[in-house]
Amino acid sequence: MTSDFDAIVIGSGPGGSTAADILTDAGWSVVVFEKGRNHLINLSEPRELGTDFSNDEIKFVQRWFLGPDPLLEPRTFRRHEAEGDHLHVGEVNSIPTTVGGGGVHADGKVPRFRAEDFHVLSQWGPVEGADVADWPLSYDDLEAAYTEAENLVGVAGEAGSSPFAAWRSGPYPMAPGPIMYGASLTSKAAEDLGLHPYPGPTAANSVPYDGRPACNNCGFCAYFGCPIHAKGDPVASLRRALLTGRCELRPETFVSRIRYANGHATGVDYVGPDGVTRTEDAKYVICAAGAFETPRLLLLSGMQHPLIGRHLMFHFQTFTMGEMTVRVHGHKGRAVTTMHDDHMEPDEASLAAARAAGLPWFKGGMVEHCGPAHPILEARLYPWGQAHKDAMRSSAMRDRMWGFTMQGEDLPQATNRIDLDPTVRDVRGFPALRVTYTPHRHEIVASEYYAPILENVLMKAGATWAFSATSPSTTGTQFGTIDSPIATSRHVVGTVRMGTDPRSSVCDSWGRLHDVPNVLVADSSPFPTGSGYGPTLTLIALAIRNVRALART
Amino acid sequence: MPAFFSDNQYRIVEAACARLIPTDDDPGATEAGVVDYIDGFLGAFTFDPPRIWAGGPFSGRHGGAAGFAKFHRLNRLDELAWRTRIEGSLGRPEREWNGPVVGLQERYRDGLAALGEDFADVGADEQDGRLQAHPRFTALIYEHACEGMYGAPEYGGNRDLVGWRYINFEGDVQPRGYTDEEVSQP
Repeated sequence: MTSDFDAIVIGSGPGGSTAADILTDAGWSVVVFEKGRNHLINLSEPRELGTDFSNDEIKFVQRWFLGPDPLLEPRTFRRHEAEGDHLHVGEVNSIPTTVGGGGVHADGKVPRFRAEDFHVLSQWGPVEGADVADWPLSYDDLEAAYTEAENLVGVAGEAGSSPFAAWRSGPYPMAPGPIMYGASLTSKAAEDLGLHPYPGPTAANSVPYDGRPACNNCGFCAYFGCPIHAKGDPVASLRRALLTGRCELRPETFVSRIRYANGHATGVDYVGPDGVTRTEDAKYVICAAGAFETPRLLLLSGMQHPLIGRHLMFHFQTFTMGEMTVRVHGHKGRAVTTMHDDHMEPDEASLAAARAAGLPWFKGGMVEHCGPAHPILEARLYPWGQAHKDAMRSSAMRDRMWGFTMQGEDLPQATNRIDLDPTVRDVRGFPALRVTYTPHRHEIVASEYYAPILENVLMKAGATWAFSATSPSTTGTQFGTIDSPIATSRHVVGTVRMGTDPRSSVCDSWGRLHDVPNVLVADSSPFPTGSGYGPTLTLIALAIRNVRALART
Repeated sequence: MPAFFSDNQYRIVEAACARLIPTDDDPGATEAGVVDYIDGFLGAFTFDPPRIWAGGPFSGRHGGAAGFAKFHRLNRLDELAWRTRIEGSLGRPEREWNGPVVGLQERYRDGLAALGEDFADVGADEQDGRLQAHPRFTALIYEHACEGMYGAPEYGGNRDLVGWRYINFEGDVQPRGYTDEEVSQP
């Protein structure tokens, strides 16, 4: 049998686009299947930059322009198996379904992991009830790929600005952009309290870069696509792949099954925009549908490895917010311009707190200095009537609100998983993706420890009051509110665990499925642990390393 | 001529929105034309293309062409989703892959009937009482009122940008953006 393409890439997000770029550069022919619509790139020659993305809160926040539409593709949720088939049907953590994937909606904080993040088990030891593991590779193995990834997407940052950062072989390709006013207040307070704020490494151009303009600070960043292509979304790598003439991008096309037999994949079944199912053959299949949809596809394909979908991790978010006496205009700038990493690693005080809580240790995560930006979300928080008008003018929940999001490290647990819902279907008739997730006590204890520290910084920065909440909520079941047990963090990892032992991992250290080695996973699914940093740069670096190794075969 | 509401339904929605986001020293839902936003949303499929997603990348208010005004065409599945969400599944098998869906149009018809045919003509206290007596419908109309008050005017509300102006929000700013000084300074 002859294959039409050397490789099929499933998903056009940061991992899939990187894979397409590297494979076409090596002379391979590639077809990229993307379930979502294309608003990112002009598909006709010469593939000029252009987009329908816009500063439009209704379109992006209220009406799922980036997908997935929860009616077409419902997901289901329960906290644990004892709760039955599901507690909730509909919107569950909607990382975008669109050409460009999760790279489109992010505000583009792209820190590297630290060296310690690759061997948490060796360094800190096991935690009862969790499956803490080492990665089968080290930071040093990935450093060159990190450098390449930063140059590929265009990262603005300042080398040496965080004392907690890993070593690096060179500078960032761009200097940081302007610091938001609110961040300058919390940054000063954090420094006064002995913390180490720094300009967050950001995939938004501070100067024109790679044929794309500098960011002009419009503020419609997180949850929005960039109207001017200043964001380091996957447009650069996709466009490069398309311009080789060896890459075909097929939007609105859902891959429903990987075809394989005797441990060898031959291609995929897919449902096209017309609703008709067809088959495509290739020598290799690259799964880059994200840590939700990749394990779903493996399960839809009938793959049997018992760990597929398990060890689902988010970030356990601690939101510490307060009302400032001055207007901090969080709608101007890149959503997050400042971070601090002081709570990434245990210290003597946190170790004592951990022991007091019956844990060997706990870790927090990167702390983003940020504030809310857009008025429809704000307005819905206030009561109706005259109070609405007074509250909107005063704007305690937007223009004068500032604070922190700590992206707390979430420990891997085999019981937290993606699988197929037994009754709910997507619009094409395939079983919906089901999330079963309960945080480990580690995350809750860590959040309770760090929240007062963050509140103190905020009060020193001039807040008149401060409060903290978490996502997921540890007590509530009010879906669609701050009291939801569904994690809002779009940092989703871990569901196709990587390792050297096929009994305790689904893919090997190069992303290849142990059971079907010509299927390679090139997204955040293989991460054995999640770190307290966003996953995007690391998944791109991993894709560079692993797909380039494949291209050399 | 409303796209979806009857004349009296239109008056009821307008009156309800005036209680939810009232006019005081600053404009409220009435001046913003919030009722036209809601009517345009429920009647989205009387327009071609349907008024679901405004275009891009710019509105023309800060340079560039007025792209927002040209609404997106919907693909087959998007039209299915939005018709189902707005019109309901109406017993059609192709809209009921997970069972029947009650559409927004039906929820509005029922909710407005519950508020009463005379809602627009009774006093403010009586109107507030009726809104409080129907919290689920009031929550729905309030969500849409917030969208119509503070969303882009191309969707039919936020007339003359009155929703953004009274809260000192510039709204969409591309391709002008903000200067580095505007970002970093008070």
